[in-house]
Amino acid sequence: MHIPTPISSVHHARPVDVRRRTLRIVGALAAASLAAVLFACSIGSVPLTPGELLQAAGALLGFSDVSLNATLLELRLHRALVAFGTGASLALAGVMMQALLRNPLADPYVLGISSGAAVGALGAMLFGALAWVVDAAALGGAVIVSALLFLLAQRDLRGGLPSDSNATSLLLTGVILAAGCGALITLMLSIAPDNRLRNMVFWLIGDLSGAQLRWMPWLVLGLAVLYALRSARGINLMAQHAEGAWTLGIRVSALRQGLFLSGAALAASAVTSAGSIGFVGLIIPHACRFAFGPDHRLLLPAAALAGGGFLVLADTLARTIVAPQQLPVGVITALIGVPVFLMQLHHIRKK
Amino acid sequence: MITVKKLDLSVGARTLVTGLDWQVRAGECWSVIGPNGAGKSTLLRTVAGLRESDGGTVELLDKPLASWPIEELARQRALLPQGRSDAFAYSVIETVLTARHPYHNAHYWESDDDYRIATSALQALEVDHLAERDVRTLSGGERQRVAIACVIAQQTPLVLLDEPAAALDLAHQVAVMRLFHALAHREGKAVILISHDLNLAHAVSTHALLLMGDGRWEAGPAQDVMQASLLGACLGHPIEKVMHGNRTLFIPAEDPVHV
Repeated sequence: MHIPTPISSVHHARPVDVRRRTLRIVGALAAASLAAVLFACSIGSVPLTPGELLQAAGALLGFSDVSLNATLLELRLHRALVAFGTGASLALAGVMMQALLRNPLADPYVLGISSGAAVGALGAMLFGALAWVVDAAALGGAVIVSALLFLLAQRDLRGGLPSDSNATSLLLTGVILAAGCGALITLMLSIAPDNRLRNMVFWLIGDLSGAQLRWMPWLVLGLAVLYALRSARGINLMAQHAEGAWTLGIRVSALRQGLFLSGAALAASAVTSAGSIGFVGLIIPHACRFAFGPDHRLLLPAAALAGGGFLVLADTLARTIVAPQQLPVGVITALIGVPVFLMQLHHIRKK
Repeated sequence: MITVKKLDLSVGARTLVTGLDWQVRAGECWSVIGPNGAGKSTLLRTVAGLRESDGGTVELLDKPLASWPIEELARQRALLPQGRSDAFAYSVIETVLTARHPYHNAHYWESDDDYRIATSALQALEVDHLAERDVRTLSGGERQRVAIACVIAQQTPLVLLDEPAAALDLAHQVAVMRLFHALAHREGKAVILISHDLNLAHAVSTHALLLMGDGRWEAGPAQDVMQASLLGACLGHPIEKVMHGNRTLFIPAEDPVHV
């Protein structure tokens, strides 16, 4: 290479700065998420002071006798952890779907995976099934829709050489499947007996009150985060160059498959534990991209942490704002999400 | 560098190229010339490995293209595709840094060297002052120069360019064409570019490949192939060759209807 290579006077970010900035942002978000979980543990019908919180934590860990406070803490902590896992899964899935479809307006639900889960869950509720059957049916519905997508949109997901830069056939297939599921959902809602209708509507909006802490969503989230960090560079290339990423050594089809499977698994696990909570998967990726830039090496972990923390706070709000009544958390995320999104969109268009 | 034997190209039922025998060596700068839809981009994509041939073979350094691992291929050839769509607000420097991907293997971040190479590529294209700009806010010509900077930063011995001078102003058309000439002449790279500007193409190329659009083709040294009669037959309009000092100019012959 004989092009002259002096370092210019241009003030661009040096690699070390970029690394430090990433660590700083991810560290700050992790601390904020922890603070959100602690806040959620201390707020409620019986508020806990930091001292009581510490004592209760000691009791939970077996250092002292179990008290009422310890039981409260356990309940709230479980719920906060479910909220965190769900929010992180949704936000991560959102970033993945946006990169996969090269469309900043995509979200975890755009491909109809959550609609499939809703058909399964509502179908089970219609027949008065037990809670775990409802969860299993939701998972089943999500898996069926994902399998259908994978079979139908093979042009975008399989084959050696990349064909279409924006995975349009995948997007269209997903939108149509979602519409079909939407019709089934409406059908079930219209024939459901009144005493079951309320639960079904709560499930559709997204509700954490009955959610149980389970290891499966955390396993899915952990694996997806690992995959995301491993392929973050490739995701950057695909987001920028579309099929051009192939000429830079990225297996575009394999990456699309990986993103699709991770995004689908995350959406399915989130929806299975908490119903279809809206907007987290759309707003959080957007806000993070707006605040921290589009580099997926930072965006993926940042969005996961921010999504988790956000849903913990939104759920705390949902169970305290009109206490003793509890709102479905999906209402809160939508009420926050819509104005925030509109403001952001307007800002982007003004720029 | 590139050896093409008996290559057939077709899109749908249309035959674009038949039986192309073509060799591109290091240090040569080839212009691919032909009318719209003659298969120029299809040929370039085939040589890049983005598309399978419809017959015949393409070899890079005596090894069939399909048997190259794509990571190694990315260190051998760079492609400037036609048209760009930017969905996300990446900065110019981030975009050019992606061209360094083939040299990272498993590293999470780029190295200082990558930054240096990316910055000098931006300087070579006179867009270093835009380094921090959002690529979506650039003008068409600026975006094109950033895309060319990506190709330069990839540092490959084979450089494939699909209409690199499109959307550039006159000064930058001349400047980038000079740059490609220098890549071939001074750095010994093999350069293949598609151009609709016969004069610029003639000024920088050592060789030319004419695609007639009906399967026929002509390949050879520029002074042999870039003849007014051949070019006229190829492009579907009579072309006159004019000598201006020691420069050769091609101009479309006047349309007899309007005389």
